[in-house]
Amino acid sequence: MSQQLVERLQREFGDRILAATGMHGDESVTVSRQDLPLVLAHLRDQEGCEQLSDIVGVDHPERAARFEVVYLLRSYSKRHRIQVSVDAPEDEPVPTACGLYRSANWHEREVYDLFGIPFSGHPDLRRILCHHQFEGHALRKDYPIEQGQECTRPENLFSDEDIAHAARRANEMSSSPGAVVDELHPSDLLTINLGPSHPATHGALRAECLLDGETILDARTEIGYIHRCFEKEAEDHTWAQVMPYTDRLNYCSAMLNNSIYAMAVEKMFGVEATPRAQAIRVIVSELSRIIDHLVCVCTNLVDLGALTNYWYLYNVRESIYQSLEKLCGSRLTTNYARIGGMSHDLYDGFEDEIRVKLQELEQGVTDVTKLVARNRIFLDRTVGVGAISTADALNWGYTGPCLRATGLAWDLRKEAPYSGYDQYEFDIPTGTNGDTQDRIMVRMAEMVQSRRIIEQVLQKIPGGPVDLDDPRMVLPPKAQVYGSIEGVMNQFKLIFEGIQVPAGRGYGFGEGANGELGFYCISDGTGHPYRMKVRPPCFPIFSSFTSLVQGRMLPDAIATLGSLNIIAGELDR
Amino acid sequence: MDILTALLQGLPGFGGMSDQGLFITGAAVMATLMFTVMALCAIVFTWMERKVAGFIQSRYGPMRTGRWHGWAQAVADMLKILGKEDIIPAEADKGLFVFAPLVVLLGSLLAWVAVPWAPGFVAADLDLGLFFIFAASSMVVIGILMAGWASNNKWALYGAARGAAQMVSYEIPLALATIPVIMHVGSLNTQDIVIAQQGGIWHWFILRDPFLFVAFWMYFIASIAETNRGPFDMPETESELVAGYHTEYTGMRFAFFFLAEYANLFLVSLIAVFVFLGGWWSPIPGLDFAPALTFVIKGILMVFLNMWVRWTLPRVRVDQLMYLCWKVMIPVTLLCIVGSGILMITSGAVG
Repeated sequence: MSQQLVERLQREFGDRILAATGMHGDESVTVSRQDLPLVLAHLRDQEGCEQLSDIVGVDHPERAARFEVVYLLRSYSKRHRIQVSVDAPEDEPVPTACGLYRSANWHEREVYDLFGIPFSGHPDLRRILCHHQFEGHALRKDYPIEQGQECTRPENLFSDEDIAHAARRANEMSSSPGAVVDELHPSDLLTINLGPSHPATHGALRAECLLDGETILDARTEIGYIHRCFEKEAEDHTWAQVMPYTDRLNYCSAMLNNSIYAMAVEKMFGVEATPRAQAIRVIVSELSRIIDHLVCVCTNLVDLGALTNYWYLYNVRESIYQSLEKLCGSRLTTNYARIGGMSHDLYDGFEDEIRVKLQELEQGVTDVTKLVARNRIFLDRTVGVGAISTADALNWGYTGPCLRATGLAWDLRKEAPYSGYDQYEFDIPTGTNGDTQDRIMVRMAEMVQSRRIIEQVLQKIPGGPVDLDDPRMVLPPKAQVYGSIEGVMNQFKLIFEGIQVPAGRGYGFGEGANGELGFYCISDGTGHPYRMKVRPPCFPIFSSFTSLVQGRMLPDAIATLGSLNIIAGELDR
Repeated sequence: MDILTALLQGLPGFGGMSDQGLFITGAAVMATLMFTVMALCAIVFTWMERKVAGFIQSRYGPMRTGRWHGWAQAVADMLKILGKEDIIPAEADKGLFVFAPLVVLLGSLLAWVAVPWAPGFVAADLDLGLFFIFAASSMVVIGILMAGWASNNKWALYGAARGAAQMVSYEIPLALATIPVIMHVGSLNTQDIVIAQQGGIWHWFILRDPFLFVAFWMYFIASIAETNRGPFDMPETESELVAGYHTEYTGMRFAFFFLAEYANLFLVSLIAVFVFLGGWWSPIPGLDFAPALTFVIKGILMVFLNMWVRWTLPRVRVDQLMYLCWKVMIPVTLLCIVGSGILMITSGAVG
């Protein structure tokens, strides 16, 4: 389907499509910088690519045009995806895509921040993940990984002019003929910091709100408080060593990150995990999804003041964590999947234990639904709060439960089935208004669906080996390591040189708890990733926060923030 | 007070005292007693709140401190709070900052003067008793505003502004809801109100007529808002305003706010009891052997109801809170007054 799209593009643009490649099912076209806006506009308007999923910068110091920028586009109506890449010589600007896709704003800022590629026409080209005092661009190959910088000065997100401007605009909007209106002075407005350490931010992120009384006139967000440049770290490590770092992306659903990362690298090899490993991945992924949704729903309800629900659901989370701990030795940072398999098989009695725990989950979900679903206060607080339409949501780069809450039944587990998700029956819960209530209810319903999936997997979990029989990626059994020279050599090469992933690039993705989690990998055939870009689902979602809360009240902003489920570890990487 | 004076006169050593001396001694004893009861409230009710919350949330609550169901937990908390560093922010308005908790405490302590614990046992048998209680407890608002302003903290200021708006608004339905009762009794004296409910559960004002029944629930809702507890805990809203007006307070000063909150909680519950729920009278006539105990037990049951609501419902938004007060509760309470009045006339209770 995507191949036909490339052919259509070639017919439409002729020579201006400089190259077209298709590797591992990822169709990609190369265009010149001048043609980029034209091609993107064509893809959006004629080919139904409603969403710009991500923008990836790549540094090739040896090339004449040093940088490469890859745009990942996805069509929800026509169900195809395509990548558009452009070459960008150093200091030559790339035309911005902000006019076409609102999600481009933050993605371009990220590329600018980490590579120093300027985007012409960008409305607000500032650093985003690194501190504003930071010098240099961390993901350039010539930036030494051990070079730390001390950045201490905080940034005021609203200047005096901004406040005066907001006051003027509010006056213009409220002045209707005949009405007596109090003139708003800049001194009437108050800026207030929601975060980085505020009870409702649940992670280190900051939203500075400009308030007129309790009404938010404007909000500006600042992220990057726990930015550790995961992508640079990945380039410094072998493919297998990256696995524990993926735990720390969305730390509420580490198993999901593990599985999707392993899948992405396996895709580069062109192999798939064994049926048993796939089944295990499905089980632990769905357990992770349940935990992630529990955390989100619980904390959201706590933010709304409904404290009791927290315990009804968190007891279940705790009990699932106990099983995960038994399974892989840790609760939060699991590091359980391996490229080509899993670190080890399930323990005896796992199935029965999980069945009991899922029963508890059902009980908890039922209790909480009874407490909130028809509660007048809850509905007053959440219906219509932070609402977004499907079209806007796609444009902002929404995926996952937040997108489904707007009414679009889109789930990558159904649309692009992986790990055998097509064998299992489950529904895609959707909302109608895309507001806070829908987001909470969609998550509640998804937990029940996850339970359904796990029950099905447990019923027909296949036997056989967990790991692939492939010495290129899977460590040999210990008996071989100690008993034969080939085994020793194999182990030595895999550990010291790393897994030799074939040269090329691939975009591996799956349905994370918050939405589409993707790893865009480039390998140059050495044991290290040449470039590894994560597509974190909550990054584009959080970029829309300002537009969701403008004109609403402070308590609404807190309800909205909770329902978007912003996980700082994934947001900042 | 009269009983106390008479009691003192009977004691050896007090007999020769002048009337004035007796009055001052009696007042001092009463004030000490009231303050002790108030401090006990905070201790008993923090423990009770933890246990009730634990019960509702399928957990235990404190279980270790003092062995038996963690009974000493509140005492340990108090000791811990006393040991905390006393911080006054550098940019705070020091005078106001120090004074604010005292005003809050004073406001809730003063109101206790007119609570009718048992027949004749009331610290000050005021003719305008109920009016005095509402007037005195209004002082709490001033204390909260002072605290929020003096802290020089934006979150505290928001909490204080919300608190002032909320408490001033909710005082209206709170007082209006008691007016039908006052009409029935024809007096604001707290003793008279209780005496008028003698004769078993059917003579309690809550069950006298349908309008009084509604008025009781209006009073109950307004009293939750008046004590700043969930679902109306706007001035604190820990998830929105960090800790609201007492964000910057530590140690003993914080303990005063804490003390006042629970004292107020018990106070509004006791008002509900003596205005609507028969005060010290037991539900079955003739079983009134321990009036003060009956009164306190009823009060504790009301506190439990209050806690039950708090741990069940989510929090309303600040504008919805105002909507509820001005557009729902005040009209309904006014209707109760009119309706109850009409019933009184038609039933011939008044000419």
